[in-house]
Amino acid sequence: MTRPTPTGTVSGTSSGTSPSRGPAPLVLGIETSCDETGVGLVRDGVLLADALASSVDEHARYGGVVPEIAARAHLEAMVPTIDRALATAGAKASDIDAVAVTAGPGLAGALLVGVAAAKAYALALGVPLYGIHHLAAHVAVDTLEHGPLPSPSIALLVSGGHSSLLLVEDLAAAPVVSLGATVDDAAGEAYDKVARLLGMPFPGGPPIDRAARDGAPTIPFPRGKAGDGTFDFSFSGLKTAVARWVEARRRAGEPVPVADVAASFQEAVVDVLTAKAVAAARKHGVDTLVIGGGVAANSRLRALAAERCESAGITLRVPRPGLCTDNGAMVAALGALKVASGVAPSPLDLPASSTLPL
Amino acid sequence: MLALDTSTPACSVALVQLPDTAPPPGATRPLASRRIVDARRHGELLSPLMRDALAEAAVTPADLAGVVVGLGPGPFTSLRVGIVTAATFAAALGLTCHGVCSLDGIGAVTSGRTGVVTDARRREVFWAAYADGERIAGPAVDRPDRAADLLRADGVGGVVGPGLALYPDAFANAAAAHAGTGTGTGAAAAQYPDPAVLAALAAPDLLAGRAPAPLTPIYLRRPDVAEPRPAKAVTG
Ligand SMILES: Nc1ncnc2c1ncn2[C@@H]1O[C@H](COP(=O)(O)OP(=O)(O)O)[C@@H](O)[C@H]1O
Ligand SMILES: [Mg+2]
Repeated sequence: MTRPTPTGTVSGTSSGTSPSRGPAPLVLGIETSCDETGVGLVRDGVLLADALASSVDEHARYGGVVPEIAARAHLEAMVPTIDRALATAGAKASDIDAVAVTAGPGLAGALLVGVAAAKAYALALGVPLYGIHHLAAHVAVDTLEHGPLPSPSIALLVSGGHSSLLLVEDLAAAPVVSLGATVDDAAGEAYDKVARLLGMPFPGGPPIDRAARDGAPTIPFPRGKAGDGTFDFSFSGLKTAVARWVEARRRAGEPVPVADVAASFQEAVVDVLTAKAVAAARKHGVDTLVIGGGVAANSRLRALAAERCESAGITLRVPRPGLCTDNGAMVAALGALKVASGVAPSPLDLPASSTLPL
Repeated sequence: MLALDTSTPACSVALVQLPDTAPPPGATRPLASRRIVDARRHGELLSPLMRDALAEAAVTPADLAGVVVGLGPGPFTSLRVGIVTAATFAAALGLTCHGVCSLDGIGAVTSGRTGVVTDARRREVFWAAYADGERIAGPAVDRPDRAADLLRADGVGGVVGPGLALYPDAFANAAAAHAGTGTGTGAAAAQYPDPAVLAALAAPDLLAGRAPAPLTPIYLRRPDVAEPRPAKAVTG
């Protein structure tokens, strides 16, 4: 069996089989775009390991991710996390057939650690390297849980760094089309900022989600860009409106109804996200919506999306929460799709790009 | 042995034949070596340089006995590229990876009392002092004039390394550098850490089968962050 070299090309087969005979290729995926060091192992659409090390606790006191702290943590965690993934899968390094890595977008210094590690691994083992787009990987991870994605599908990606609506045709081979994105804060960023002004810990998504369960969405916060006919989002005005409302209460010496504020803020976010996602599916005649990214763990987003998709006749696919936040499995998943469809590997001088376009 | 260093604008790789007994640092001739000086592209350059050096020496990764890497001090981003590359490359092959202070890649082949200075950016230098190739002070980070004072206090006469050209005034009264014996040093060769020298320094541990110490980067500076103040009011 001849393996493709990191700089060579895999002979493409349209049948979707691996370039080698025998068992399907084992693909290692490495993700370091933000504060999670993720290493996943995927074979034949099956997730064999998903090891994660997070520096989130080191950032908590700064109220957001500090790039240099994240990059230092990635370096420390890289080899142990790879080893943990291999042990979980019961595999040896020499069993790996391809290495996939997030090449961007993300924090430059953090990305660079993962990309350098992936190249070293690929070079040492003589296997091909695949540079992966972080957002496409967030979509691809759903195939590990729910099988191949119908073409075309709409994807709503909502995390601490992104809020995007995407039109997805062929994840492995064709570029993903961006239909719209936030013009200011990402949805997760809005959760984190509002949590901070309510005195909740970082990251703010989970505590707001919890608090909102005991409240009612009675305060009419603005829905940025709701009826503007685009698929773009805006959450910075919402955050300011929440801050003004809370400050007015405090200045008047009145108690702040935290649960109601949380529920009302959350409803405003989730209302716009789901309305635009369903509208995008309708406009493009698409009947599948995938939601990914850390905010997809949100209970109200899941419930409202399910409700609105059901009445619009759209199939909703949301991976389990552990696969929604950044992880290595999603990178391995997309890498495996690329290997299977015979896409040419990336060269060893693959750059890490903080602003990698789709 | 494969050795590399990314602690300066140079991205350097050397393949060195592990001898039966540890040689003096300057005496190790690499089978193949590569160096490109480009401070901003270590992440793109390093793996291809490793591939090219392996190809030139007709060595496959499976033939290697160990990996050696310069741990800095150096600018954080490029330094991490080298360390994570070396550590992961070694792990993939089941080899040990040995870390050495990058300044030793210059200082170990100097004679007499010699200082090594490299660029720490922000108008500072990384420095260390050597007595006949043994490090006697540092590594540390300081403003050039302060580093020069400390080196003088250590009895250092000559200074080598990229910091010298950057801050000629601070290090002006240091006598001309005596580059050491061995790899055909001279001022130019001593300009950047030589991975072949790092390999020779790690060779005794590798030969003795001693487990390497953890690969702790020599940052010498804390991450640049301040804790946020409480959320400020958006209304007047
Ligand atoms: N239950 C939740 N509800 C809302 N937001 C959440 C929830 N869980 C996590 N988040 C948000 O998800 C973001 C982290 O997601 P992740 O995909 O790791 O983002 P990134 O890598 O872009 O920072 C944070 O902003 C966090 O507040
Ligand atoms: Mg993400």
